[in-house]
Amino acid sequence: MSLKLKAMTGLKKKLLLPDMSTTTTRNINNEIVEAFHQSKFDVAKEYRNKALAFFEKTGLPAVKQEEYRFTPIAKSLEKNFDWSVIQSKSAIESIEEFLIPNLDANILVFVNGKYSESHSTIISPESEVKIKTLNAAFKTDSEVFAPYFDKILNPESDPFAAMNSALWQDGLLIHVPANTHVSKPIFILHLNDAGNSQVISQTKILGILEKGSQLSVIEKFDSRGTHSVFHNFSEEWIVKEKSHLEYCKVQNDAGKSYQVANTIIHQSDNSLLNTFTLTLNGELVRNNLNIIIDGENCESHFYGLYLLNGNTLGDNHTVVDHKKPNSFSNEMYKGIMDGNSKGVFNGKIFVRPHAQKTNAFQSNRNILVSDSATVNTKPQLEIWADDVKCSHGCTSGQLDEEALFYLRSRGIAEPIAKAMLLYAFASEVLTPIKNETLKSYLDNLIAERLQKNF
Amino acid sequence: MSKGNQVLEEITSKEYEHGWNVNLEADEAPMGLNEGTVRFISAKKGEPEWLLEWRLKAFRLWEKMKEPTWPNVSYPAIDYQNIIYYSAPKKKATLNSLDEVDPELVKTFEKLGISITEQKRLTGVAVDAVIDSVSVATTFKEKLGELGIIFCSFSEAVKEHPELIKKYLGSVVPMNDNYFAALNSAVFSDGSFCYIPKGVRCPMELSTYFRINAANTGQFERTLIVADEGSYVSYLEGCTAPMRDENQLHAAVVELYTMKDAEIKYSTVQNWYPGDKNGKGGIYNFVTKRGLCFGDHSKISWTQVETGSAITWKYPSCVLKGDYSVGEFYSVAVTNNYQQADTGTKMIHIGKNTRSRIVSKGISAGKSQNSYRGQVHVLKRASNARNHSQCDSLLMGDQCGAHTFPYIDVENNSARIEHEATTSKIGEDQIFYCLQRGIDEEAAVALIVNGYAKEVLNQLPMEFAVEAQKLLALTLEGSVG
Amino acid sequence: MLTIKNLHAKVGEKAILNGIDLKVNAGEVHAIMGPNGSGKSTLASVLAGREDFEVTNGEVDFLGKNLLELDPEDRAREGIFMAFQYPVEIPGVSTINFMKTALNQIREYRGQQALDAVSFLQLMKEKMKLVEINQSLLSRSLNEGFSGGEKKRNEIFQMAMLEPKLAILDETDSGLDIDALRIVANGVNKLRNKNNATIVVTHYQRLLDYIVPDYVHVLYNGKIVKSGSKELALELEAKGYDWIKKEVAVA
Repeated sequence: MSLKLKAMTGLKKKLLLPDMSTTTTRNINNEIVEAFHQSKFDVAKEYRNKALAFFEKTGLPAVKQEEYRFTPIAKSLEKNFDWSVIQSKSAIESIEEFLIPNLDANILVFVNGKYSESHSTIISPESEVKIKTLNAAFKTDSEVFAPYFDKILNPESDPFAAMNSALWQDGLLIHVPANTHVSKPIFILHLNDAGNSQVISQTKILGILEKGSQLSVIEKFDSRGTHSVFHNFSEEWIVKEKSHLEYCKVQNDAGKSYQVANTIIHQSDNSLLNTFTLTLNGELVRNNLNIIIDGENCESHFYGLYLLNGNTLGDNHTVVDHKKPNSFSNEMYKGIMDGNSKGVFNGKIFVRPHAQKTNAFQSNRNILVSDSATVNTKPQLEIWADDVKCSHGCTSGQLDEEALFYLRSRGIAEPIAKAMLLYAFASEVLTPIKNETLKSYLDNLIAERLQKNF
Repeated sequence: MSKGNQVLEEITSKEYEHGWNVNLEADEAPMGLNEGTVRFISAKKGEPEWLLEWRLKAFRLWEKMKEPTWPNVSYPAIDYQNIIYYSAPKKKATLNSLDEVDPELVKTFEKLGISITEQKRLTGVAVDAVIDSVSVATTFKEKLGELGIIFCSFSEAVKEHPELIKKYLGSVVPMNDNYFAALNSAVFSDGSFCYIPKGVRCPMELSTYFRINAANTGQFERTLIVADEGSYVSYLEGCTAPMRDENQLHAAVVELYTMKDAEIKYSTVQNWYPGDKNGKGGIYNFVTKRGLCFGDHSKISWTQVETGSAITWKYPSCVLKGDYSVGEFYSVAVTNNYQQADTGTKMIHIGKNTRSRIVSKGISAGKSQNSYRGQVHVLKRASNARNHSQCDSLLMGDQCGAHTFPYIDVENNSARIEHEATTSKIGEDQIFYCLQRGIDEEAAVALIVNGYAKEVLNQLPMEFAVEAQKLLALTLEGSVG
Repeated sequence: MLTIKNLHAKVGEKAILNGIDLKVNAGEVHAIMGPNGSGKSTLASVLAGREDFEVTNGEVDFLGKNLLELDPEDRAREGIFMAFQYPVEIPGVSTINFMKTALNQIREYRGQQALDAVSFLQLMKEKMKLVEINQSLLSRSLNEGFSGGEKKRNEIFQMAMLEPKLAILDETDSGLDIDALRIVANGVNKLRNKNNATIVVTHYQRLLDYIVPDYVHVLYNGKIVKSGSKELALELEAKGYDWIKKEVAVA
């Protein structure tokens, strides 16, 4: 292997060649492996080596692979990134503009893949929630996370998860003790500044909600600058018995950003989960959201909205895996595609043998606004238990002509009527969000986007 | 629950009705597959040089292809050298009239409930009977001939209508379309050919009955139906096979071609031997069926009732090329014991104002796995495309699985696509309601399942609907979980 | 106010209106009756500007403007209001927000200032009383999950809000029980004055007990075959439509 790698330094010029097919001499997988060998890691060496071994076996997914059929991410990475340069400096001084106004929350900030203590503010007492960087936690709290780390989110489940497990630079451990309600939400800002040069960020979060605890998390992804950003993000959330997690993700990257986010949430008996994912911007965004319902009487709502324009490719792959009886899941994802954008949705519902009395519902609805926007959707049900109620529905279309006529017949001009209907279509997914400050912030983001563009 | 299982047990232990085999003397190719086999088949059938070349080309492509692994089915590797690719009942070179058909054969079909002697014909149905690999009899030819309708075996069509075969063979399913289509293109032995001339409404149902009889043989038939402008035909296909312990391969190709304003309605009741209740034996049914709506305002409608086969792998599809063309797919797939079915459809919208409709009803019982796999693809220039898909699964018992894999790919913003899928079981309240009205549990299940599948069964021509209902009841009565 | 001359319309290849002539003046109430399929609802839809129908001949003048040239929203802004037979459900759009947008767009068209939130709410409260509708209904998504009566009441509420010059009530009585019918009719009557006009499209006479028409027209096969006073409606109620059909056949 090392022999091949030595030849690589001379290959950068070939980057400019139009033909980037796998037969070219450049091998991005080898470059990533080499980047691993060039990096110095303090902690988690065993985990990293194991993950790397797996990554070496599979490499990045080709488009031929079913799970990445519409998302040519390996090509994008090959074309836009130089893996021999990983660290890059940020020029950003104030993070004010990236925050959610008036949100009373703990603020945790990553800049270019590194946790920034100076930008972060923790207001909740340690008795409510323990927040540590992963690098630190590895030295002091290994007994807390060892049972879960790289186990719930198995690096072998996805090549990007494997890459992240091998190469993560920084991360957080968030630990909520039993029977504790964390009164203030945790707001995590992932900021990537490619004003000076390209940025490759690989970060990781492990969150544990012990029995009977409650937490609200808001993650926001922003990027700036004219150079390319690749953010490979992994997170695991363990939601134990009778716990309650509110999870919200906002992807609003203004820069030339490529992002893969692997989020896995593991639920035990009587737990409650609400997730909301909003995707607005970026060159390419791929979300893998996996919910494992490994307990009885769980409730899981996951909502998503992708409002895409320009050349953005927004790809949401979700899995809800019912492993135990008597639980409920409800998924609703909606998309509006404008410009040359491309929406991809794949939603899997698994109901394992013995997971009787499961109720699982899924809906995916899409509207194509422009002539060159596309959508590829694949809802998927796999059921091995008979006493269940499962359904999925998906649609692709335009606005309802009847509704449009009704509005116009009341004197509302066509473009405004359309914007109203689009907004109504989109905002339905905000219903489950309970934090009013967050809700009105998201509501404004959506309204602004739809008024501006339609 | 326990009562339900007991009834299920009883029903599933019912013997496969068509599981006898007949002692017919057969003329067979040597076992295995190589260029020689292809030449042997072609020579046996006295084929012209161009067709031999076509087959050889397909064979060479097949050799380079890999068996698909994406279907949600599993089975031990097939040894393609351990199959007999050609087996024909021995008989005189040509038949002058149906009276000369081997009496054993006539009996065979009578057992199937199909009469190939015209005196005892099924009312209003013309039949082409294919046993093992060869078409043995076609009824009502003359009557159809008066209207200019060609309905004959594939081999005969090669001789009598080479210009039509040359033009349309492989025009809908190219030889390299997939592994099994390539295999079929190399070794297909016979099948049916049908041509409906301009403006003719075929006055009767046309039908092919397929029967695999000989041991160790594969069946590789090909059906080609061409409906010229403004014509209409309804076509039925039925199939059975004897009970054998080993698995047998059936890899057929069906091509439909409709021109402007033409319509083909293609119905299948597939009842190949499914294997025994322990999953031993049964047919591997790997079939490529596709229709091309070539002309504007043309229509192709597939209806299938799939109850047989150990493994089913088939996706009757419509390529909607003509503007305003319509594709339909109605399917009931029932799996029991260890059966595995991966079936569905593709609707490819190319023309403007094209419409498609998919209704799929899956029923799984025993330890079976039943998958719906479908694609609705709206291409860029296909403005105003419409699709509605409904895919329902019914599970009976907690040992089986139901899977839905719909792919929806839309490249045109004027399309309206709706897909719905549900999974359910037969409600206890439904059963109770029936019981309370004096209907026993078996009948209640049959009633409810038939009701569940009604939307599809209603699409079948009369002659088939009754048979299909009986089949459903037979496979599933009492399978309440 | 409204003058319809020789109006022909078709949907697809099917001709539905075959030469309608009708004149409606301010302060009048016209009832249009007729058997099923006679073209009543089509007439209402054509006037409101539904695009499914193609006008093949004839003209419609509304307050000096060629109505057929206007977009549906401009017709509304000129003062035409249609109460739909089947009001559409629009998930996610509240009636309040919907009305505010409509009202202010109409005001803008007429060169009036947009209403601020306070005066809008005031106006809304006032009109709510008029049609006996409560606010919780209006906060919900437009017509979603409404009963038949609630939908119709919501239509009349909207009519009260927008103060049209010409209201077209399309089978407003269908699906209403007698109490709901009374409330809806009361609302309509309270809104009547000498400056506006109403066209009531209905199959049955019973609505006309509550909304008393000045003129009754019978539509059959896409033409007005008989016109008369409110007594004509009673005659129809007593004799049924066959009588009209026979008369037409003889003629």
